Amino acid sequence: MPQPLTYLQETASQTAGPYVHIGLAPHQAGFDIFAHNFSNALAGPQTKGEHIVIEGRVLDATGSSLNDALLEIWQANAAGRYSHPADTQDKPLDADFRGWGRTGADFDTGIYRFETIKPGPVVGRHGKMMAPHINFWVVARGINIGLSTRMYFSDEEAANAADPVLNLIELKVRRQTLLAQRGEKKDGKTVYHFDIVLQGDNETVFFDI
Amino acid sequence: METKGEFFQRDRRLHPPAYTPTYKTSVTRSPKHALLSLQNSLSEVTGPVFGHNEIGPLDNDLIRNYAKTGDPIGERIVVHGRVVDENGRPVPNTLVEVWQANAGGRYRHKKDTYLAPIDPNFGGCGRTLTDENGNYFFRTVKPGPYPWRNYVNSWRPAHIHCSLFGSGFAQRLITQMYFEGDPLIPICPILQTVPDKGALERLIAPLDLNAAIPLDSLAYRFDFVLRGRRSTMFENKLDGN
Ligand SMILES: [Fe+3]
Repeated sequence: MPQPLTYLQETASQTAGPYVHIGLAPHQAGFDIFAHNFSNALAGPQTKGEHIVIEGRVLDATGSSLNDALLEIWQANAAGRYSHPADTQDKPLDADFRGWGRTGADFDTGIYRFETIKPGPVVGRHGKMMAPHINFWVVARGINIGLSTRMYFSDEEAANAADPVLNLIELKVRRQTLLAQRGEKKDGKTVYHFDIVLQGDNETVFFDI
Repeated sequence: METKGEFFQRDRRLHPPAYTPTYKTSVTRSPKHALLSLQNSLSEVTGPVFGHNEIGPLDNDLIRNYAKTGDPIGERIVVHGRVVDENGRPVPNTLVEVWQANAGGRYRHKKDTYLAPIDPNFGGCGRTLTDENGNYFFRTVKPGPYPWRNYVNSWRPAHIHCSLFGSGFAQRLITQMYFEGDPLIPICPILQTVPDKGALERLIAPLDLNAAIPLDSLAYRFDFVLRGRRSTMFENKLDGN
């Protein structure tokens, strides 16, 4: 017998369930408990970059929206740098931008909404630039392990065409599932529409990261 | 804290698959396409960093953090343990969030209509940052089991929902901890989605009498293991300099 390997094993995932809001967004569950609350607004008035809104729905196999979904996003700042010690790119940090937010879909409409800025491009593996993108993580009742995907921008055609991750998706038609569509401006902010389809036609590409 | 290396590939055999028809809600909410495997880039090895200024002094005390007229009803317990990675290294300063039903099995949530009463002194959520050694603790009351619509007579074992960040977004994890000795554990359609027997049993917290507070609270111990990180950098310089 060879020597035993002594790695531990990751704790198994379990669904976030229908009441995820209690723990992660108590105001949406219907009560006020913490002095400081996390929110869907990543950008403040001082945050550098193009201020945008992202709106969309999470859809199931029947085309119905998941009104109990909880979403988180994680992104680089306008210069294309993550606010994290592992990102040592020679680019400025933005003191007014952490790059993370969370929200629940609306219980009635199923629409989620983030207020943020458009990220800059970040260098990927082998020095290849990645197109501007926002990392999404979706949990809900019926989702046994959180789903990871990326949102890219419809108006970044050249950068998207060169993006090493989009290019990993063999079926070109499926790349479209990661493109947020640039819409009309609302209150001075560009609105991007990004639906996430869990199953069926136009199923979103999810990643094993 | 090791924050640069990429993560070990996630061992999907330990986790529930997306499609688990005995947990009926998963049927229409499970992707049918295979996940696309992605080698880590900066987008995956980085993640949000939280500070002590964001956490209140009572946030990890569910007995007191929503108390209005007195303590909540129920068995007083301490839940404590460590957050480590698959290398056994502590994950310090990471955000751990928990939520649970009250002692009667009722959630303080506008969508929960179970007939058991709301406890006016119990919110049912808490959060904390691990210390430099990855340790965390909460104080709470033991949640009650509750019925749910899956089969006509499906009941959840007592459980606490737990959310963890780790040091990179690819370590993000939500799970549930259960309590040793609960007779509902072997028949829970949600817990039984975990295909690996060892992984399933590791979701069950043992009674930890040594951590109990005499004449006050029992204790349960629950350790979390997040994905391990390689100690080496990427194949070439990550920052492109
Ligand atoms: Fe629950």
